[in-house]
Amino acid sequence: MLLIPCPYCGEREDSEFHQGGEAHIERPKDPDALSDAEWADYLFLRDNKKGVYLERWVHRHGCRRWFNMARDTATNEIKAVYKMGAKPPKGVTK
Amino acid sequence: MGNYSIFSLIKNALDYHEGWPKAWRSPEPQAEYDVVIVGGGGHGLATAYYLAKEHGITNVAVIEKGWLGGGNTGRNTTIIRSNYLWDESAAIYEKSLQLYEGLSQELNFNIMLSQRGVLNLAHSLHDMRELQRRVSANLMNGIDSEILTTAQVKDFVPIINDSPKSRYPIMGGSLQRRAGTARHDAIAWGFARGADALGVDIIQQCEVTGIKQSRGKITGIDTTKGPIKAKKVALVVSGHSSMLAGMAGFRLPVNSYPLQALVSEPVKPVLDTVVMSNAVHVYVSQSDKGELVIGAGIDGYHGYTQRGSLHVIEGQLGALCELFPIFSRLRMMRQWGGIVDTCPDASPIVGKTPVDGLFINCGWGTGGFKATPGSGWVFAHTLANGEPHPLNAPFALDRFTSGLLIDEHGAAAVAH
Repeated sequence: MLLIPCPYCGEREDSEFHQGGEAHIERPKDPDALSDAEWADYLFLRDNKKGVYLERWVHRHGCRRWFNMARDTATNEIKAVYKMGAKPPKGVTK
Repeated sequence: MGNYSIFSLIKNALDYHEGWPKAWRSPEPQAEYDVVIVGGGGHGLATAYYLAKEHGITNVAVIEKGWLGGGNTGRNTTIIRSNYLWDESAAIYEKSLQLYEGLSQELNFNIMLSQRGVLNLAHSLHDMRELQRRVSANLMNGIDSEILTTAQVKDFVPIINDSPKSRYPIMGGSLQRRAGTARHDAIAWGFARGADALGVDIIQQCEVTGIKQSRGKITGIDTTKGPIKAKKVALVVSGHSSMLAGMAGFRLPVNSYPLQALVSEPVKPVLDTVVMSNAVHVYVSQSDKGELVIGAGIDGYHGYTQRGSLHVIEGQLGALCELFPIFSRLRMMRQWGGIVDTCPDASPIVGKTPVDGLFINCGWGTGGFKATPGSGWVFAHTLANGEPHPLNAPFALDRFTSGLLIDEHGAAAVAH
């Protein structure tokens, strides 16, 4: 069980949250111009990193707001949480 | 390697079982192989075995970071079935089930296949319609499958709670009688012994640290035991597939999650089949030792920790007690997690990669154990010929570009 520091509510149990996959994947600005391979890259291909992973979470059974989290997938250590639209804090890289 | 038989048992009993030969050698890696298989789980070892047996390619090494079958092969709930919805999946899982049916004889190693049936429960009209659709699809593909009414479910599993007053009452189920369980360790050991006898080098405690290529063509790998040249390299590493693909310079549509299972204290025989419920989210069978083997869904976020969260177990045990009130006072003995490599369409990737001579077999997600022999069989064909077998051609990596996905979430889901 993770203790997740929601940037709006503080620390809560992970059963209140839902993970929304890898963060910082931007929808292509001009979708019509994409090749099939570029679409596949946007839709399906993921880093799936072992180590510090930047991911989206939503406080589903709390404030219901989305935020970003940097978590080490090998140890579950939470390195940082930061708001949607923000860049990852210094020292945490993708 | 001697043949295992009643005579070898008697002969070895005479010297107190101290003279049994090792089931496989542990050689140091050679400088070069025709094929290097990365990953010494069931799928990798099956690939090596069929490569040697069916295609006569024996200059092969299997490289394993830990020990044989120490990953997901030894961390699953040992369920085997082939009642998948789509033709492509039905074909490959049925091939696997058929290979399982002859495997103890083939390998001269008792894999303890027990075709005790797998029962999928329905708890709503929608569940029931989905099961009827799947059973119909199975019958069209020549796979044994049948619908049971609630009374037939109760007759088949007398300890089940069939009360219409349950929170999620049982409305019926589907049964594949040829499905069942097998001994997971024996699959790895049997294939390892068979492959070794045909000349395959099995190298344990050897981690791959790099994949070498020249002008888009594979040349070999770097390992903790030194570099190994290879004409072809096969990646069969389940949860860690994305890392190995990263070493080779491409990405996969794979996400890795912990999947937990647990066993209870042993009790006398009480459950002689496998019961699965997608809706209340649990599956259970009883091992020959008497322990209940219980599994459910993945943990909700990416991870490589080989453990998991307690609240996931809490949920699946709640579901178990709902279905089987008789189990409510059982104590749980052991819990573990494996790292499963899931694909967006809940179907595997078996075939070529963007690198010439590099092949991949991954994405079996939460249900790879049942596919072990079939996966090895088609992957060996792919490695030997450089092109996929018709059974695994639909499971190419490029289906995520072409859009020809094989959506098995319905047949996979929890009960994979």
